[in-house]
Amino acid sequence: MSEMRKDPAIDIAEREDKIILNDVNRELYDFIDEEREEDFYRMEEGLTEEIVRQISEEKHDPEWMLDFRLKSLKIYNQTPVPDWGPPIDGLDMDRISTYVRSKSDMVGSWDEVPEDIKNAFDKLGIPEAERESLAGVGAQYDSELVYHNVREDVAASGVIYTDMESALTGEYEEMVKEHFMKLVPPTDHKFAALHGAVWSGGSFVYVPKGVKVEIPLQSYFRLNAKGAGQFEHTLIIVDEGADLHFIEGCSAPKYNIANLHAGCVELYVRKNAKLRYSTIENWSKNMYNLNTKRAICEEGGIIEWVSGSFGSHESYLYPSSVLKGDGSHAEFTGVTFAGRGQNLDTGAKMIHIGKNTTSFIDTKSICKDGGISTYRSSVVVAKSAEGAKASVNCGSLMLDSISRSDTVPAIEMRTDKADVGHEAKIGRISDEAVFYLMSRGLPEAEARAMIVSGFANPVSKELPLEYAAEMNNLIKLEMEGG
Amino acid sequence: MDTKEILLSIRDLTASVEEEEILHGINLDIRPGETHVLMGPNGAGKSTLGNVLMGNPVYKQTGGSILFEGEEITGESTDKRAKRGMFLSFQNPLEVPGLSLDAFIRSALRERTGKPVKFMQFNRELMEKMKLLSMDPSYAERDLNVGFSGGEKKKSEILQLLMMKPKFAILDETDSGLDVDAVKTVSEGIRAFQQESDGALLIITHNANILKSLSVDKTHVIVKGKLVASGDASLIDEIGKNGFEAFGE
Repeated sequence: MSEMRKDPAIDIAEREDKIILNDVNRELYDFIDEEREEDFYRMEEGLTEEIVRQISEEKHDPEWMLDFRLKSLKIYNQTPVPDWGPPIDGLDMDRISTYVRSKSDMVGSWDEVPEDIKNAFDKLGIPEAERESLAGVGAQYDSELVYHNVREDVAASGVIYTDMESALTGEYEEMVKEHFMKLVPPTDHKFAALHGAVWSGGSFVYVPKGVKVEIPLQSYFRLNAKGAGQFEHTLIIVDEGADLHFIEGCSAPKYNIANLHAGCVELYVRKNAKLRYSTIENWSKNMYNLNTKRAICEEGGIIEWVSGSFGSHESYLYPSSVLKGDGSHAEFTGVTFAGRGQNLDTGAKMIHIGKNTTSFIDTKSICKDGGISTYRSSVVVAKSAEGAKASVNCGSLMLDSISRSDTVPAIEMRTDKADVGHEAKIGRISDEAVFYLMSRGLPEAEARAMIVSGFANPVSKELPLEYAAEMNNLIKLEMEGG
Repeated sequence: MDTKEILLSIRDLTASVEEEEILHGINLDIRPGETHVLMGPNGAGKSTLGNVLMGNPVYKQTGGSILFEGEEITGESTDKRAKRGMFLSFQNPLEVPGLSLDAFIRSALRERTGKPVKFMQFNRELMEKMKLLSMDPSYAERDLNVGFSGGEKKKSEILQLLMMKPKFAILDETDSGLDVDAVKTVSEGIRAFQQESDGALLIITHNANILKSLSVDKTHVIVKGKLVASGDASLIDEIGKNGFEAFGE
């Protein structure tokens, strides 16, 4: 069931590879905008019932949400830290502020966004991307959304795209209540409980039956405050026969103290609906990224995850797909790039429940300069999932001998009427391939970057053009240094 | 003769692979536009010479000099040699997943010329050359050499040769493993290169078929790491009849 296969441009041979060790020029993402204290409301560091109550009050939660937060806090306090992944000793909740927001309100026009915050998003190209290729944009700065807008024609088709707070306190409260943290309950793990207690921001999307949104919606999350946490909640419901592409991007400037991201994404894909969820994650390298993403598909539903993980100090990230309905389908295509000081534990989880469900995992991980990249996945085929088919394909590329790459694929089958295939490749860049590209005039660093970009191409080709370009740019940055 | 008129001048070249000396003092001069043929039995050092000229780090130049347009290139990296106008057509072209053939050639051209490549013009030329080589146009967008047959890989090398227009190209066993039709097509591609440019060629082969329709200026025989005979094109026929035995093999 498992085999090692040789990738033509990748040598399996244990050979020393020469690579130039460079720090990466991340100016594009790492810029810091000094926050003027008087413009921001900042919760004191730490996590207590008092703080949770304060957040709830700040946000004008309905009563049930306050109860939910307090219940989650209890679970958080009772749940141990996971002991199987990258060490998170460096994360001290007593030094994290769980809530920071600008004193200005969310607006629907970039002109009304406070100047310094607008500048930050300008540098990231968000307003420009909206004009050119997006149906709607949400922009979160620290704990709250500062901007939200959706194209008129898209709104007219009945698509709801708003910030979670508006959804929660407005006419969609019942819909939120019915779905909020039902797919990822606070009991799931410690950081799901933390999220339940202090969540803030994020997007709510509802696509009505049969509506096909032709161009993507995007939410961009920027955590600018030092020593803070971001806990946005994304809730998307794609109703029967509807179709949506949702993109999220994340970045933060680098500080010398820990920041924390414990977001939660819940995706409901109804009968014969289709959702593609794309992420380019580029947190700075002091970030603990403990994110939870999960989708559930009804009959004939399709979920497609496209995921690029480049940033963070440590990541735990395993988007899960619950294939509940018969004939539903999930795909996960991901690339992870772990450089110096990074320990990225990423992968995917597929749970087959319905008959004739299919899932496909294709991941590439790259490590360099002592970075650690672990691919971790789990495919579970329930007894009920007769005729299920699953395939797992993971490739790792180690760019030097001080970096580490591990593969931990778990497969659990409770029926023999299913078909699960697994293929893993671990390798290094072939010197002969580098020589080949150099013989056409490409400098060594360029040749290596091209081989690495090619290796990651199955992911970049799934992204919209400008994101693919951003991803290739990130790979180039990581490969060449500043 | 003034060395400036010589494109490539090799003097007393010695080279080794994994501490074993393979080339024992090679001397060779190639002038612009000339086509040289290098023949010899298996293991004589033919491919080693090609790789050493191109600066493959696996092969170590242990002595002698290589002048290209009068400048010493010993110790220079492969990409710099390529930028000077040198080219090696690989005996076993490498596969690079995720990098398309046309994007690769475009990047190489941009790197070589230092200028952006004009998209329309590039595409037109690429399609022309692919037609000449009877390559299916869809190969342009396929991953570089991935899943190409032996023949398609060699055609892809000649396509790169025609697009890059080097001053000097080494064709390392471009005919090996090809059927008669493919040899003919590849040979036509090489002839087009001879006619379109004043690029010089060093054709490494042990098969005379590919040379039939090409004009050859000089032929050299290499045996056990030494050039043992040099002559004009008639030497090819002689080897065809008598093999390499007469040259001390």
